[in-house]
Amino acid sequence: MDSNKEHWLYTISPNQKIIDLNLKEIWRYKDLLLLFVKRNVITVYKQTILGPLWYFIQPLFTSVIFTLIFNNMANIPTGKGVPAFLFNLAGITAWNYFRECLTGTSDTFKQNQGIFGKVYFPRVIVPISIVITNLVKYGIQLLVFIGFYIYYVFFTDVAFNVTPQKDIIFLPILVVLMGVLGLGMGMVITSMTTKYRDLKFLITFGVQLLMYGSAVMYPLSYFKEKLPNISWIVEYNPMTTIIEAFRFITLGVGDYSINKIIYASLVSLVVFLFGLIIFNKTEKSFIDTI
Amino acid sequence: MKKDIILKVENLSKQYRLGLVGTGSIGHDLNRWWSKVRGKEDPYLKIGESNDRSTKGDSDYVWALKDINFEVNRGEVLGIIGKNGAGKSTLLKILSRVTAPTTGEIKTKGRIASLLEVGTGFHPEMTGRENIFLNGAILGMTKKEIQSKLNEIVEFSGCERYIDTPVKRYSSGMTVRLAFAVAAHLDPDILVIDEVLAVGDAEFQKKAIGKMQDISNADGRTVLFVSHNMAAVKSLCSRAIVLQHGETVFEGETNKAVDFYLKSDVANESAHYINKLYSEQSDILEVSVRDKNNSVSGIFGFDNQISLNVKIRTNKKHLSVGVLGFRVIDQLERAIFTSEIQLKDFIKFEGEYSFNIELPFKTLVPNDYKVHVAFHIPNQEIIRNLENIVGFNIEETGSGFHKYSGKDYGCVVLDNKWSLKK
Repeated sequence: MDSNKEHWLYTISPNQKIIDLNLKEIWRYKDLLLLFVKRNVITVYKQTILGPLWYFIQPLFTSVIFTLIFNNMANIPTGKGVPAFLFNLAGITAWNYFRECLTGTSDTFKQNQGIFGKVYFPRVIVPISIVITNLVKYGIQLLVFIGFYIYYVFFTDVAFNVTPQKDIIFLPILVVLMGVLGLGMGMVITSMTTKYRDLKFLITFGVQLLMYGSAVMYPLSYFKEKLPNISWIVEYNPMTTIIEAFRFITLGVGDYSINKIIYASLVSLVVFLFGLIIFNKTEKSFIDTI
Repeated sequence: MKKDIILKVENLSKQYRLGLVGTGSIGHDLNRWWSKVRGKEDPYLKIGESNDRSTKGDSDYVWALKDINFEVNRGEVLGIIGKNGAGKSTLLKILSRVTAPTTGEIKTKGRIASLLEVGTGFHPEMTGRENIFLNGAILGMTKKEIQSKLNEIVEFSGCERYIDTPVKRYSSGMTVRLAFAVAAHLDPDILVIDEVLAVGDAEFQKKAIGKMQDISNADGRTVLFVSHNMAAVKSLCSRAIVLQHGETVFEGETNKAVDFYLKSDVANESAHYINKLYSEQSDILEVSVRDKNNSVSGIFGFDNQISLNVKIRTNKKHLSVGVLGFRVIDQLERAIFTSEIQLKDFIKFEGEYSFNIELPFKTLVPNDYKVHVAFHIPNQEIIRNLENIVGFNIEETGSGFHKYSGKDYGCVVLDNKWSLKK
């Protein structure tokens, strides 16, 4: 045996390793990641009239509807001195990033079937690029929220209890958590959809259901008070933790503790790793089954 | 001299499941998983048969590739030839890591890039320049590498004027040029080239072929070349392997490989027709395409002798007025020529007869052909009309027109008399 012969750069073989994160390979393709992000940003609003204005419209209208239905009609309390509209806008703004990441990545394999069938690159680059691209959109929606926030706090007297907390510096952590969780769940779903198409029906209404279980349009405390028997479903949902924390650091209302954030981080990390493993396993031969 | 092996393929196999992959596969999945848990072998790897398209198999599993072994030395140009369905594309897919093999492995010392498909990932809304970067990165180049080759790529594509225009405004030819330009400037250790020669107009094609030759001849570059164009394989490759039904049937020096490929009975299945209807009536009994040794063959070189053999049975009535004829049709459904005879000129008694027809020598251009054979009484009765009954293929083995391969330069090569007028 010539020692020289043992130095193979890489080996193409059937799936054997159960855990294969492939991080080195992903790093090698970082340029591609940036170019994908650039492509996504550039191409979304080509030839639309309103352009990024569409980002404003969706959260505003949803908040208005939520306020009418859940607060004016169903009388869900949002806390004294916290306007219902601002409360809903906060919930939706936080929720939107997670939702976009989840739905955007959950279709990766099918959407990119053409390109995946022709050349190799670590497939995970595509969902990661979606999560990063969504940050741009999220930034714009956050600006809308900040605009209304300033309006309510400085130009009206209904928001006398709204005060940003010093923990607001943790906002980026919340955003990263949502991205990681959405990406992880999206990767699991897209991997399974390659073989079992049923899951794509699940995703459309599953996301809707998840929103109702994530304390977007009601405070967790109110849910616990009204439905104490099943409140654990909402309470242990990591998205509830993230949304409650978002409302706490911006509006000053909500259930917020370091322990809960650590819990949400752990869940997100586990989901992400699980997603990455199953995704990397699927990418090797999904083209035969899709 | 010590061999420097850059790529090593060991016992490579790929199994596919035929038919619908649907709910029924969950059972198999569970079974597989159960054997894996118990540390046993995948039960479905034992079954499966070789991938012969035309015969009906007993099993739902087929081997698209079975126990492929070969080695490629650094700087070598290896040709891979085989009929459609022989497993070439599957092999390329595994090499370019689009899909994983079922068993076996490929070890490599260099990065592999493929020119399988040009223009992958082009986005119509983005400009030519943006697409060069995106496409280059998809093919595995870093931003820096692309930057350093940008001018070269733009110049090669001949699209300078449009480089900052969205690609959706390009003509299809320009898109292909740009895409090819990016792909041709990849700089991997091992390059896999599938037939991409048939892109663009004549001028660009010449440029593309030239570039391919440059790539292949450049020192230290290892190339795997997959093609149907035997002339190109002969001129570019030093060694070749022949695939048939997913197995390597020949490996060795290019000329021998090409000969082997042409002689092999891979394509003969469509070169022989036997009428299985049993009757005592006048009929066409057998049609076959034969080579100069009178054995059935479906693949010929441009300069090979091709003949048809037609066996008929005729009764007394048809003997006196019957006409036997055939027509050669090319891939584009163009009738190339028709030829017929009066039976009474050849035979006097009813019975079974076999006719041999030599096709014009060195005349049909390399292409796929089909043959119609008819036995009839003109404008009165069709005794038997067999459309597309046999087929044969003429491979490009150096007709003098091979440089226009992929282009339509006519159906036949004629030996014109050219003379210089004084």
